[in-house]
Amino acid sequence: MKILAVCGMGLGSGLLLRMQVEKALQRIGKQADVEVADIGVARAMAQTADLIVTTRELAERLGDVKPRVITISNFVDLEEMIRKLKEALQDL
Amino acid sequence: MEILSAIIGFLVNEVFSKPYYLVGLMTAIGLIALRRPISQIIGGTLKATMGFLILVVGAITVIQALDPLGKLILGATGVRGVVPTNEAIVALAQREYGQLTATLMFLGFLASLVIARLTNLRYVFLTGHHIFYMATMLAVILVTAGLTGIWTIIIGAILLGTIMVVMPAFAQPWMRAVTGGEKIAMGHFGSLGYIAGGVAGQLVARLAGGKTKSTEEIEFPAGLRFLREPMVGTAVAMLFIYLIFAIWYAARVGTAEAVKGVGLPEGTTLASYLMAQVLNALNFGVGVAVILLGVRTIIGEVVPAFAGIAERIVPGALPALDCPVSFPYAPNAVLIGFLASVVGGLVSLGLIALIQPVLALALILPGMVPHFFTGGTAGVFGNATGGRWGAVLGGFVNGVMITFLPAFLLQVLGALGFANTTFGDADFAWYGIVIGNIARMGGIVGAAGVLIVAILLVALASWFQSRYVERGWVPGQGFVGQPASGR
Repeated sequence: MKILAVCGMGLGSGLLLRMQVEKALQRIGKQADVEVADIGVARAMAQTADLIVTTRELAERLGDVKPRVITISNFVDLEEMIRKLKEALQDL
Repeated sequence: MEILSAIIGFLVNEVFSKPYYLVGLMTAIGLIALRRPISQIIGGTLKATMGFLILVVGAITVIQALDPLGKLILGATGVRGVVPTNEAIVALAQREYGQLTATLMFLGFLASLVIARLTNLRYVFLTGHHIFYMATMLAVILVTAGLTGIWTIIIGAILLGTIMVVMPAFAQPWMRAVTGGEKIAMGHFGSLGYIAGGVAGQLVARLAGGKTKSTEEIEFPAGLRFLREPMVGTAVAMLFIYLIFAIWYAARVGTAEAVKGVGLPEGTTLASYLMAQVLNALNFGVGVAVILLGVRTIIGEVVPAFAGIAERIVPGALPALDCPVSFPYAPNAVLIGFLASVVGGLVSLGLIALIQPVLALALILPGMVPHFFTGGTAGVFGNATGGRWGAVLGGFVNGVMITFLPAFLLQVLGALGFANTTFGDADFAWYGIVIGNIARMGGIVGAAGVLIVAILLVALASWFQSRYVERGWVPGQGFVGQPASGR
């Protein structure tokens, strides 16, 4: 499974999302490859991803993409991440 | 013994002096310290090394695109012009300063943990690309000032560690106003601009007798949303900049002379001269995109290792994070702050052009990446303390700062100051100007001088932390008596 963490430049906040997703996966006991993408290439990379994690305003920029998109409002709230990931992974 | 010295010689000449291997090696040490599985250590080490090499490839593209821009601006106006873009200047600097940069990045991070451990400044700066950029700038400035050998490394690491813990502390009260007291800090070297943005918001609130309406109550035309993509914004802005100066240059000296001036073959028509500039503008965007891929690959391996180490040395410290973590709190303020920042930048550019004959400053053209991220964040800070007009004034003030400050920063960057690009964000500029000018005094005086600056900054930040941050001061709201953060 591949999860894409998307932010504006694919640097700081995207990496933060990736680290949070990895932490959350560990807690849930699931495995996945987590990659960081900037908003410019995210649409192309979405083709091969199973799930996208980003913020609300960037989700709007992404528009319609194949995988399900989770939006995170608090970058450091691990509980929010776990809850949303669990929900999304159940449907996959 | 001969074999031993041969091995040491090999390591020094072929590994330690090559920044790409050095970055890989440091990453490996980090991953080993965290007892990661062997496959992850090898993979991570290789990725960090290759990330650095990708960066160097991007630098070549950027240089080729920037060189004609310098000629166009100089030819058109008779003055040097610069487009601040951190990614570009950092990549260019690696050819000469790569080894020192890589060393400073890792030792500077450790220095920041030591300061965080020994003082009340319990912040862990986790924005990897900014640690990398600041390490680059300090390497350039210290070497330019004439420091050599082991002292450059020790002093550089202390200076880097200092700025990484003091800026999150100074920005923390305003960051609290933004987040409503979340347990995060701002870890981005545009922080002086954000504090200024927050103060601008407070000023608006005072003048208007209270906060103006929040930016988030505005319905925004969806057509403006494309501006939120920084790569597109950069390409559009660079197209304008290249074409304006290309037309200006040709109009001033004639097409034939302008064609010769930028090094195109004789007989090139005006149309292909202009189209060549369109290609240069797009190639600049391409170069930056490649550099970003390189930086992303490096920090993607390094930062998780850093975070793991920090968790052990300063457990429970407040994470200082990249500026877009503030964006979800006020997305409209990001756009307003960005636009206001560009306006502030253009107004300041006009002022620089006016005083140019007196001070001989370079023209600082608006770099879209710094304006977007730092202007947007300053807008969020201004909105938090002063509402929508706070966001406007906050963004504007940030734009003024990131135009004037880089003009003065160029003077301490040595030969690299002539690269037609430079560091964009406020903290790079003010810290670089202070450190550069003191280090320039040379020898023991310069070295002791910058160390005193570091000590004063830590002392001031430590006082600020206990006087304001730990007592729960929120700008515009007074002491709200929140539990002390970071404890």
